[in-house]
Amino acid sequence: MAPGRLSPGGGMGLMDAESIQPILFWILAGVTGGCAIAVVLAQNIVRCAVWLLLTLGGTSGIFFLLGADFVGAAQLLIYVGGTLVLVVFGVMLTAQGPFITMKIGPAEWAVATTVGLLLYAVLAASLWTWQAGPPNERMDDSHHSLSSTVLGEALLNVDKATPRSNLAGMPDSAQARPRKQMGYLLPFEIVSVHLLVVLIGAAYLARAKRRRGVAI
Amino acid sequence: MSAFFSWLSESWSYYWPAIIAVIAAFLLITFMLLGAIFSVWLERKVSARIQDRLGPTRVGGKFGWLQTLADGLKLLVKEDIIPTSADHLLFRFGPYIALVGSFLAFVALPFGDNVVAENLNIAVFYMLAVMSTEIFGVILAGYGSGSKWALFGAMREAAQVVSYEVPMAICVLIPVIVAGTMNLTTIGRQQTGMFWNWYLFHDPFTFCAFWTYFTCATASCKRAPFDLAEAESELVAGFHTEYSGFRWLILFMAEYGSMFAVSGIATLLFLGGWNLGILPFELSETWLGWVGNLINVVVFLVKGFLLVFVMMWVRWTLPRLRIDQVMMTCLKYLLPISCALMLGVSVWQLIFPGGVLPLGPRPGWWNAAGAPAMVGH
Repeated sequence: MAPGRLSPGGGMGLMDAESIQPILFWILAGVTGGCAIAVVLAQNIVRCAVWLLLTLGGTSGIFFLLGADFVGAAQLLIYVGGTLVLVVFGVMLTAQGPFITMKIGPAEWAVATTVGLLLYAVLAASLWTWQAGPPNERMDDSHHSLSSTVLGEALLNVDKATPRSNLAGMPDSAQARPRKQMGYLLPFEIVSVHLLVVLIGAAYLARAKRRRGVAI
Repeated sequence: MSAFFSWLSESWSYYWPAIIAVIAAFLLITFMLLGAIFSVWLERKVSARIQDRLGPTRVGGKFGWLQTLADGLKLLVKEDIIPTSADHLLFRFGPYIALVGSFLAFVALPFGDNVVAENLNIAVFYMLAVMSTEIFGVILAGYGSGSKWALFGAMREAAQVVSYEVPMAICVLIPVIVAGTMNLTTIGRQQTGMFWNWYLFHDPFTFCAFWTYFTCATASCKRAPFDLAEAESELVAGFHTEYSGFRWLILFMAEYGSMFAVSGIATLLFLGGWNLGILPFELSETWLGWVGNLINVVVFLVKGFLLVFVMMWVRWTLPRLRIDQVMMTCLKYLLPISCALMLGVSVWQLIFPGGVLPLGPRPGWWNAAGAPAMVGH
């Protein structure tokens, strides 16, 4: 996969830098990959979290490079600002000593290596057989290119904006559907409300039980 | 010779975007550092005046302009102490992560009409996202110090900042619902004209949202009255207890940077951005040209630093909240208030989609300049 193909084909501002993009891509990819390896090799859990932070930051940088600003920002907000903070909190609250190190047995090494190699084989095989389609034609409306508007309108099933690319994760046949249907908004909302219910349930289960008649 | 020049111009056009990017980054970092220096000086003067003192008067003339530079020099030559019990890597990483999170926010902050490093379509969301990574630097600084005091400070601070991000993000959504876009440049353009075009005066909900947002922003910048986790003027400064010298300076530059960043967001979302508020047209589109842009930038900076000044004023005036009161203010008051405001503004937009008063060029839902028109309606 040549990095040159990754360029979204023009856009706004500094993203026009087609010539610089491959260099930036390799820098970001190097940082991301290197830090991902460091996540695996680090023994201290909080240091793992730091390397994971840099990995996620690099990934979101690649998203920004591709012009998928919304995905990149969401990655930062959810994983770095939310999940990773929670991870470190969990480590701090459960730690016995000042700095925790992990002891990994040989069996765990073997299992992890096997799973990792299998996953790598799947990815490599699918990439090997992957054929590049025709590059996405640039949309006429310059405001639509390189923006999250496409994604939002696809959720609302607005016809014209149904994405031509698979970037938005929508099937191509969506273009032909009649407009009466709901789009992806309803399933999306159901999933979010479900998540909210889970969160409230977790908070309910984890709260401190009050004894009757004791004021706190 | 001419071949050389053509090669030169070719390579220039080849590297031009990168050069512009480097210049933009340089300008932004310079602004951030100068802003921090100015803010520190302002903080000294404001606190002094509020406490009936004079503040710095000697270094660099009558008003002590160069006091901060002298401070910076002092911090630069101070010994850089890393405690033996600290995790050295994390101790070093912490300040940089905080500074990077604060700096990246400026990339999407428009200082004027099109005076922006990267005109992102989702600028507000991006700014909130990168500023949320700043707290990770705080946690690392506290944890890496290897001291219980710093650790507790960091945990309190992280709990506070993460909690206050929720009502803050909801308050940001309120003007975004009115504007119909997350592009800060477009939002600024929509408020061109007289000051009643500002989103602060759009409806009662945005008016209340501004004050709620500003409270949350103050808290998420760890400023008084929400700074019990630090309390560096009375206690031993929370998560950065073990820091000294230049690393401590970096943590503070991050704090002052994000203070201006949240003030800039408030200015753009509620206070008309770079618009003067007394002219019915956009300055940079008149015969003034780039001079108009310059005036815009100055107006924006003045508005932003006014908000920073209010933060300082509040800090040196109000008593500090207890840590449980801090959390209660957020979760029991600000969060429901912001949710109610968001509900209210949604209903308001349904009832009055074009605004209440037929004043000035207020664009309606989705018809804003730069925002795509809704297809098929």
